[in-house]
Amino acid sequence: MSLTLNALAELTGRASEHLLAEEVEESGLDREAVLSAMRERLAVMRESITRGLQSDAPSVAGMVGWNAKTLWDAPDPLNAPLLKRVQAYAMAVNEENARMGRIVAAPTAGSAGTVPGALIGVADHLGLEDEDLVMPLVLAAGVGKIISRTIYIAGASGGCQAEIGSSAAMAAAAVTELLGGGPEACAHAAALALQNTLGLVCDPVGGFVEVPCVMRNGFYAVHAVSAAQQALAGIRSVIPPDEVILAMASIGRLLPLELKETGEGGLADTPTGRKLAARALGEDEEADPEG
Amino acid sequence: MIGPVMVGPSSSHTAGACRIALLARHMLQSPPKRVVFDLHGSFAKTGKGHGTHLALAAGVQGMRPDDPRLPQSLELAEAAGLEIHFRNAELGDVHPNTVRITLENDEERVVTMGSSLGGGIVRIFSIDGFEVRVTGQAPTLLIKNVDTPGVIARVARVIADDEVNIAYLTCARQKRGGEAMMSIEVDRDLSQPALDYLNHLSYILWVRMLPQVAG
Repeated sequence: MSLTLNALAELTGRASEHLLAEEVEESGLDREAVLSAMRERLAVMRESITRGLQSDAPSVAGMVGWNAKTLWDAPDPLNAPLLKRVQAYAMAVNEENARMGRIVAAPTAGSAGTVPGALIGVADHLGLEDEDLVMPLVLAAGVGKIISRTIYIAGASGGCQAEIGSSAAMAAAAVTELLGGGPEACAHAAALALQNTLGLVCDPVGGFVEVPCVMRNGFYAVHAVSAAQQALAGIRSVIPPDEVILAMASIGRLLPLELKETGEGGLADTPTGRKLAARALGEDEEADPEG
Repeated sequence: MIGPVMVGPSSSHTAGACRIALLARHMLQSPPKRVVFDLHGSFAKTGKGHGTHLALAAGVQGMRPDDPRLPQSLELAEAAGLEIHFRNAELGDVHPNTVRITLENDEERVVTMGSSLGGGIVRIFSIDGFEVRVTGQAPTLLIKNVDTPGVIARVARVIADDEVNIAYLTCARQKRGGEAMMSIEVDRDLSQPALDYLNHLSYILWVRMLPQVAG
């Protein structure tokens, strides 16, 4: 019997231990193999953060590529280093992604920055070791799996709520465990993160994973940390976690196709969005004096 | 749901597309010389922005989704003399991210249809018109055979004698007594002697062992 978030919330000990046990059973791999795969992915996440913070090379369609570095190099007038770090890390990963660099999908590539942004960002802020992040990452993977059993992850079937919502829920649970939260807090952190992404549409300009995807990962990495903070304080989701997932699935079905990754609605369908898309796809037939 | 490690920008349009093409590549015994990709739905509409073309071209050349050469796959294909065509197509009532891949070399031709379901998860649902279920999440044995009594039992016996466990099996035929295809997801690759044995059976026309391409 596979775990659900509601079932997880009833358990004791560390949430990640239960999901690791499930993963070992389902995959047929031994415990150490699962953990070492996770360590490898953590290392790739770190590399993509490092590269992304240093690079200002434009992305495939040229709409992004310099934002993580810009934020990282900028002064911090808010005096909120955690906020800046989490956002910059998340955006760094997604700008690498938009440049066709190497990243870890979490759960998708378009939402790949949220988990490392929140988890590694918080860890670096607090001076924790990467080894401390391995089990929280196992938990994040497990939460993603639980959500995916109910809904398809891709923006093409559920809108952005399914992608960034899943990534934020995964990140929220992971950060909660990293900071000492038990299974109940972790499950509710995921539910709080998820229910506050409901209805989010997938309307990428030109269909490229650039606008609004890169900055959105920055925002939702912070969102995940906020959800963890609330859950660690004892705040619980009034709607049980599993029902939040069902709500997302039903909203995903109700969303029109134009708002599910086709690049035909919302931001993609604005005058500027259409113009940028045409230019990026080399279809701009009109004379453009600015080139 | 943490993973795959991949080259961006899209798990469904890049990593998933690459995996479908990689599985298709393994249905030929020698490298393809000509490939036609028919792109459906979101693959057709937003594929270019997502590197779908590059990922598909990479997959049919045997690259995995984390291969750093993926962004250069079209140049590599040209250098290797592999002819690649992309067309937009309406493939019917299928998932929005679906592709039909026609792979050819001088000896062989195979037509594969697959969908990318998100997070890099894929499903090949048709090979040469036969209904199958291939996910790449485990090694998969494909067998094309003459539709005759006892084939499934015979094949299952060979797999059992090789001490391999079957996870999922599909079987579909064109018509009674015609050709049929089985897709058998297994816990590990069959040994070479077992594959050779299956290959030499008179009613078995074609055997392929597809690798696990997704965790």
